Amino acid sequence: MPNETLAPVVDRRTFVKTALAVGAATVASPYIIPARAADVVKLGMANPLTGTYAAFGKNESIGCQLAVEEINAKGGILGRQAQLIIEDSTSGDAGTAVQKSRKLIDSDHVNFLLGNVNSALALAMAGVSNEKGVLHIDPGGHTDAVTGKSCHWNVFRVCNTTAMEANAVASALVKSYGKKFYYITPDYAYGHTVEAGLITAIKKLGGERIGGDLAPLGTVDFSSYLIKAQAAKPDVILFLVAGNDLINALKQAVQFGLDKKFHLAGALMELEVLEGLPTEARIGTWLLEWYWNQPNVPHLDAFVAGIKKKTGRVPTARHWFGYVGGWTCALGAEKAKSLKALDIAKALQDFALPPEVALGPNKAYYRANQNQLLDTIYVGLAKAKGSAPDDLFDVKTLVNGADVAISGTLEESGCKMTWPT
Amino acid sequence: MTRARALDIAVIAALATMPYWMAAIGGYTELASRIVVMGLAAMSLNFLLGYTGILSFGHAAYFGLGGYGAAMAIKYFGWGTLPAMALGIVVATLAAAVIGALIARRRGVYFAMVTIAFGQVFYFIALRWNQVTGGDDGLTGWRRVPIDFGFAKLKIEQNDKAFYYFALVVFIICVAAMARLIASPLGRSLIAIRENERRARFLGLAIDSRVWLSFVISCFFVSVAGTLYALLNNFIDPRALHYNLSGNLVIMAVMGGMRSFWGPLFGAAIFVALQDYLSSHTDNWMFLIGLVFVLVVRFFPRGLVGVLSRGSAA
Amino acid sequence: MTQLILFNVFNGLIVGAFYALMALGLSLILNLSGVINFAHGGFLALGAYFAYALIPYVGFWGALVLSPILTGVVGLVVERLLIRPLYGRDPLYGLLLTFGLAYMLEDGVKYVWGPQSLPFEAPTWLMSSLSNDYFFLTGYRLFMILIVVVAVAGLFGVLGYTRLGMRIRAGTRDLETVSTLGVNTRLLRSLNFGLGVYFAGLAGVLAAGQLGLEPTIGDGLIMPSFVAIIVGGLGSLVGTLFGGLLIGVVSGLTTVFWPAASEAVIYVMMGLVLLLRPRGLLGEEGRIV
Repeated sequence: MPNETLAPVVDRRTFVKTALAVGAATVASPYIIPARAADVVKLGMANPLTGTYAAFGKNESIGCQLAVEEINAKGGILGRQAQLIIEDSTSGDAGTAVQKSRKLIDSDHVNFLLGNVNSALALAMAGVSNEKGVLHIDPGGHTDAVTGKSCHWNVFRVCNTTAMEANAVASALVKSYGKKFYYITPDYAYGHTVEAGLITAIKKLGGERIGGDLAPLGTVDFSSYLIKAQAAKPDVILFLVAGNDLINALKQAVQFGLDKKFHLAGALMELEVLEGLPTEARIGTWLLEWYWNQPNVPHLDAFVAGIKKKTGRVPTARHWFGYVGGWTCALGAEKAKSLKALDIAKALQDFALPPEVALGPNKAYYRANQNQLLDTIYVGLAKAKGSAPDDLFDVKTLVNGADVAISGTLEESGCKMTWPT
Repeated sequence: MTRARALDIAVIAALATMPYWMAAIGGYTELASRIVVMGLAAMSLNFLLGYTGILSFGHAAYFGLGGYGAAMAIKYFGWGTLPAMALGIVVATLAAAVIGALIARRRGVYFAMVTIAFGQVFYFIALRWNQVTGGDDGLTGWRRVPIDFGFAKLKIEQNDKAFYYFALVVFIICVAAMARLIASPLGRSLIAIRENERRARFLGLAIDSRVWLSFVISCFFVSVAGTLYALLNNFIDPRALHYNLSGNLVIMAVMGGMRSFWGPLFGAAIFVALQDYLSSHTDNWMFLIGLVFVLVVRFFPRGLVGVLSRGSAA
Repeated sequence: MTQLILFNVFNGLIVGAFYALMALGLSLILNLSGVINFAHGGFLALGAYFAYALIPYVGFWGALVLSPILTGVVGLVVERLLIRPLYGRDPLYGLLLTFGLAYMLEDGVKYVWGPQSLPFEAPTWLMSSLSNDYFFLTGYRLFMILIVVVAVAGLFGVLGYTRLGMRIRAGTRDLETVSTLGVNTRLLRSLNFGLGVYFAGLAGVLAAGQLGLEPTIGDGLIMPSFVAIIVGGLGSLVGTLFGGLLIGVVSGLTTVFWPAASEAVIYVMMGLVLLLRPRGLLGEEGRIV
């Protein structure tokens, strides 16, 4: 019987030693970075590029890349070229997110930190950026704490708070569908706050919560929750789960024919999710944080074209988050005429994005002492097919996030910002 | 001076100066701290795997328990660093003692499977018990505090280098203790079990209780690494308990060399640095890491140390 | 309440049947080759993506037939190149190799098809409910049960009545004797591995209709498969089948009373079985791999 293992042609020891030497040389040499010219402004983004949130993280990084390219085309930041360094934070490993943040700050000496899609990682990174005094923009991490009870002077957020989401969509839900609501909520901080916000907002409009369930994150089979929902006989079943969980839940709900008996709706929806659903499951009332197909918005076509050129597809809200993140850094620095984080943070208080960055009908600005971007929220209906292949959402109402009825007061946000002296 | 002793000194010297030469090749102090922490974890696992010959694929559970214990002590009780670490270590070691007693009679694939199972139980508890463990978001909102020795304060909370040396001291104490244990009669009997369990049994050694002891000792040291991990990140989350981390620890031990004392440390250094480097340069680093697993198993099962010290014989 | 419980038991059986399908493939591989195939979830994902890629050309039914075969072939190649050299060595190496393979498959799939969720279009007439009262009995779930029944029946048929099946069963008991009787055991193990992966691929096609199709689709399904095997009994395929159904039902029932514990409960079950009856509920005494 022939020998099963391959008889080596070269002596294995020599082979290994050579390979190790070559490998060490290739690994070590890029580490030995030649002294770089000091006139580059660096933005460091640590976002998920692998795992469940990979699609979102990738899209945000592309948006930010576009912003940096445009910034450089217009002369850079304070006359210096801008450079974007992207690291993979993974979708859930806080240790890696923190490690990458430290790497970007300590080793790459970035002037700005951006991230993270995952709320928990965003908080962890905020801890690092605050400790090191680096300006930090959170493009798409939704947990309220980032601009709420864990707010920091150096951390700014682009995407909405749960209060904004809940208040924006509540009236559309009650007006269109009825008064009795059943909630399917993801069992973690974000889910709890969205649900609480919706319950309050809906109650004010005369609706009520007749039942609900907390589904663990990553639930694959929603049948038990859907069975209970059906037994409760609501007017609307609200799906507050996000991402893949939402795809699973909606797919199964439609298979069960629940869309024929009740209305299915929810709060936050994303274009990536709509694209991942089969056509018959693209239904319901939702809100989008930004949408590409808006009429009469100047500069929007240029942005859509820019993203299409890079990726072959239309931008999603995630692309826009990254884009705003990048531009906020540049514009803040220009306004402050400085690269010092404290100066830029002060310059960004109540800072309104110019129309070519805001890309929406209403004003978009960072509320002072909260660092939260208040902008337009797009409430509407998901649709199976639209005028263009990616037109999967019918915007019915444009809600102004700056309206206190939507954003809540500064008090309510829980943010007590302290500034370094 | 023996070769072994020379190697010990070389390793300690390299570790003692790592923050300084690390920066020169593009590393950073936090990476060095991470290598020390993971190195300790891998070497702890190797106490069971390399020296006793028992495969545990659920060591992350005790690593994570140590981390959660320390984090909760700091966040909820406001304890200092050393008492917090002590809590984490005690909780994890107790858990290991209980579970070890339940599984000490199993071997081989069975043992591995049970360790995964129990590991996952802890993972899901950490993941779902939102009020206490913070759930998927992890335990956040706390930070490491300076260590007050009475006569001096070690400011580990701001200074990366200070934390590195603190972690290094803990590391050295632990590995010294491990080396002692391995050289002791207990350690010798564990190696005997690894080499030929049946013969060891015939010699009158109580196998199951020794396996249990080895398991508990191994988990004790891995929990120390876990507490350091929590302190390093100012954060702990359920990922620290997942079998993915367990698998990574095993590959570190194998890649460095299971049969050598320092092997797992080298494996940890390579793995941590490799993962850091690869993930900075490509989105597809997971594929490459997986490839590393496959290549190590296929071509370098004896690990780096095995390859450098032996000839071409398999 | 009783209605709710009944619904969940029934639903649990459906989900459990799916777990059993996965677990059977895993069990086949474990029994004959002694390898714990951590990459099983990765093969599931591969099966799902192959189906997605094939649907535009051969339609859903064509994809249902072809994709698992294609996945099985990939499994065969993997076995021949990577797993075969590990037989006879410490089980540690098989574990580590398939662990690494799992990473490679997930990332490979992401590289080819991208990280975003892809819309998987199963036939519409399948995707609706059959009865108003028992609305959770959708056409798709019934179809899934049917496929699982056919696949399992086919498997037991092959094992019981064909030469290959007989050799696999004999090899599970005593591979050395089978080899001395003149059977090419290397080929046998390859085919067995391919068969096990075929089941993973089939599970993948079925999963894609129910779940979002993205690279991590196999992640959450591999551990319940292990549990099904341990609970049912190593070495017993009927046990695995039973184990899968059992954990499906237990998990479903737990969701009614305590959703947060619905995953942990299956590991507790596994721990209990291992402690009280380590050979599993239907396993044979002494059958420890």
